[in-house]
Amino acid sequence: MKNKKLGRLYNDGEIVIKQGEQGDCLYVIQDGKVEIIDESGEKEIRLAELGETEFFGEMGLFEKDVRSCTVRALGDAKIMTIDKRNFYKTIQKDPTLAYRLLEKMSNRLRDTNKKLRNQ
Amino acid sequence: MVYNNSENLVLEDGSNIAVIGGGPAGSFFSYFALEFSERFGLEINVDIIEAKDFNCIGPSGCNHCGGIVSESLIQALSAEGIVLPSNVIHRGIESYTLHLEQGTTVIETPVHEQRIASMFRGSGPRGSTGDDELSFDNYLLDLCREKGANIISGRVIEAENNNDGVILKTKEGTEKKYDLVVGAVGLNLKALQLFKNLSPSFKPPQTTKTHICEFHLGEKIIDEYFGDSMHVFLLDLPNIKFGALIPKGQYVTMVLLGSDINKQIVSAFLNAKPVRDCFPAHMDIESIMPCQCYPTINVQGAKSAFGDRMILIGDSASSKLFKNGIGAAYITAKAAAKTAIFEGVSENDFRKHYQPACSDLDRDNMVGKFIFTVTTIIQKSPLLKKGLLSMVIKEQTKANHKRLMSSMLWDTFTGSAPYTDILKRTLNPMFSINFFGHTLKRIFNGSNNK
Ligand SMILES: Cc1cc2nc3c(=O)[nH]c(=O)nc-3n(C[C@H](O)[C@H](O)[C@H](O)COP(=O)(O)OP(=O)(O)OC[C@H]3O[C@@H](n4cnc5c(N)ncnc54)[C@H](O)[C@@H]3O)c2cc1C
Repeated sequence: MKNKKLGRLYNDGEIVIKQGEQGDCLYVIQDGKVEIIDESGEKEIRLAELGETEFFGEMGLFEKDVRSCTVRALGDAKIMTIDKRNFYKTIQKDPTLAYRLLEKMSNRLRDTNKKLRNQ
Repeated sequence: MVYNNSENLVLEDGSNIAVIGGGPAGSFFSYFALEFSERFGLEINVDIIEAKDFNCIGPSGCNHCGGIVSESLIQALSAEGIVLPSNVIHRGIESYTLHLEQGTTVIETPVHEQRIASMFRGSGPRGSTGDDELSFDNYLLDLCREKGANIISGRVIEAENNNDGVILKTKEGTEKKYDLVVGAVGLNLKALQLFKNLSPSFKPPQTTKTHICEFHLGEKIIDEYFGDSMHVFLLDLPNIKFGALIPKGQYVTMVLLGSDINKQIVSAFLNAKPVRDCFPAHMDIESIMPCQCYPTINVQGAKSAFGDRMILIGDSASSKLFKNGIGAAYITAKAAAKTAIFEGVSENDFRKHYQPACSDLDRDNMVGKFIFTVTTIIQKSPLLKKGLLSMVIKEQTKANHKRLMSSMLWDTFTGSAPYTDILKRTLNPMFSINFFGHTLKRIFNGSNNK
């Protein structure tokens, strides 16, 4: 059956965002999975795997810095971008739109703390 | 219900909310009221009372609409964590094909990804098999059910103010008292009258007649003739401000918006050459029309759409003129849910915290009316239409060319941007210079051709 999910199709292994590059939009996975990879060392380290409805690239909304990780499609994935300007304009009118973003960022911080504690 | 001062009523644990109408506005309100109350640590009960069964195939299960979910709404829902499932999306739209008597051009999505969905509000037109495809309205109701709302099948026929609540009676014989009643009844006149009885200062929205019909063409023909493009028409025909053919699974939906659309206007549109040319030659398109209707659309927002313990949302209050009514329902429903949970449910709370959302839409619609007046002038002028077409074609074919007209038309057709933003962009001197430059070129070329 034709995949009618919205967004852009990324094939297995295709790079969605590249560590070190500039970027200013948020990505929401509509279908499939992606893996988050740290490429700063000699060997790449897989940091996380994200699935449908989850987002990534949020740092690009708040910081002017380059992308901190690479994100790659894990199998075919459909991904939608939310551009920074639209997002800010909407949040300006409806701050509750940021609840989920804050909740997820807080979850991710908790996970990172846990990992640091276990090292 | 707690009174925190003489005029402020607030919800407390155990408060009961009735949402009359389970269309997009009713579902969005219920979803966000339950979401916010959970974050806030408040336990409320939400009953959604809906008269239709969206599982029914044909008009009885349908909330008559073109079925386009706009780019801005899709993005907002994605940010909320609501991703439309594959069986609700009947096609992802990636371009608009603009048809004029003078020619045709395609306006591609500015971002090269599908951000617009076409769907059915019910379970499809008369005669459809339904298959594994899901109605959009049912999908939203399912989300509310998962959040904890009770979906009640029934029609509310009486609403009566009581000292500390509102009593609702249904045709099915039930009677219950609520702390807050939310009117998400669309443009149903009888249901709107119930709210007028609760709050005499409420003035229902003004409406006009539109037209929708479906053509059963099959997926193969649709792929070949329509593709993933919504076809829009700017033709010199009376009363029609906007005509569109929207591809979906096995069907193409035709939508005509304007003023008081009737049978003669529909027939003139169907027989117009640019419309006929979209279909396979010699096809008797009127014989493949299983469903057609003349629903009304909100063209001027309601006045005083709230009172103590009652509020109207979606089409029953304010919408977006001719576009993105579901997106407007999301805005008003969410504003109402925020007010009810975080502020209170008195007339004053709604005036202070909810009314601004409706006023924003109403103000923007005034600009929208102006834009549609200008569009009507263009629609009637072959020369201006040639200029417009030539400008869009140039923008679409030249890489890195500033897409002034294309982006203006894209946002007008998709309904994603406020009309005020669109107007601001057309005030850019480069826009007028380009447009008149292209139009003058057509005059010059025209006289040369003679
Ligand atoms: C021709 C046309 C084309 C359109 N195309 C689009 C489009 O492509 N995209 C878009 O975004 N918008 C479109 N719209 C606008 C869109 O349909 C509305 O803005 C949207 O449906 C509003 O949602 P709502 O929930 O407020 O009302 P509705 O969708 O009308 O829902 C109201 C619900 O209340 C129920 N109800 C009414 N009275 C009672 C009662 N007494 N008891 C119980 N239940 C009751 C009804 O059964 C119904 O389910 C179009 C409109 C028209 C007329």
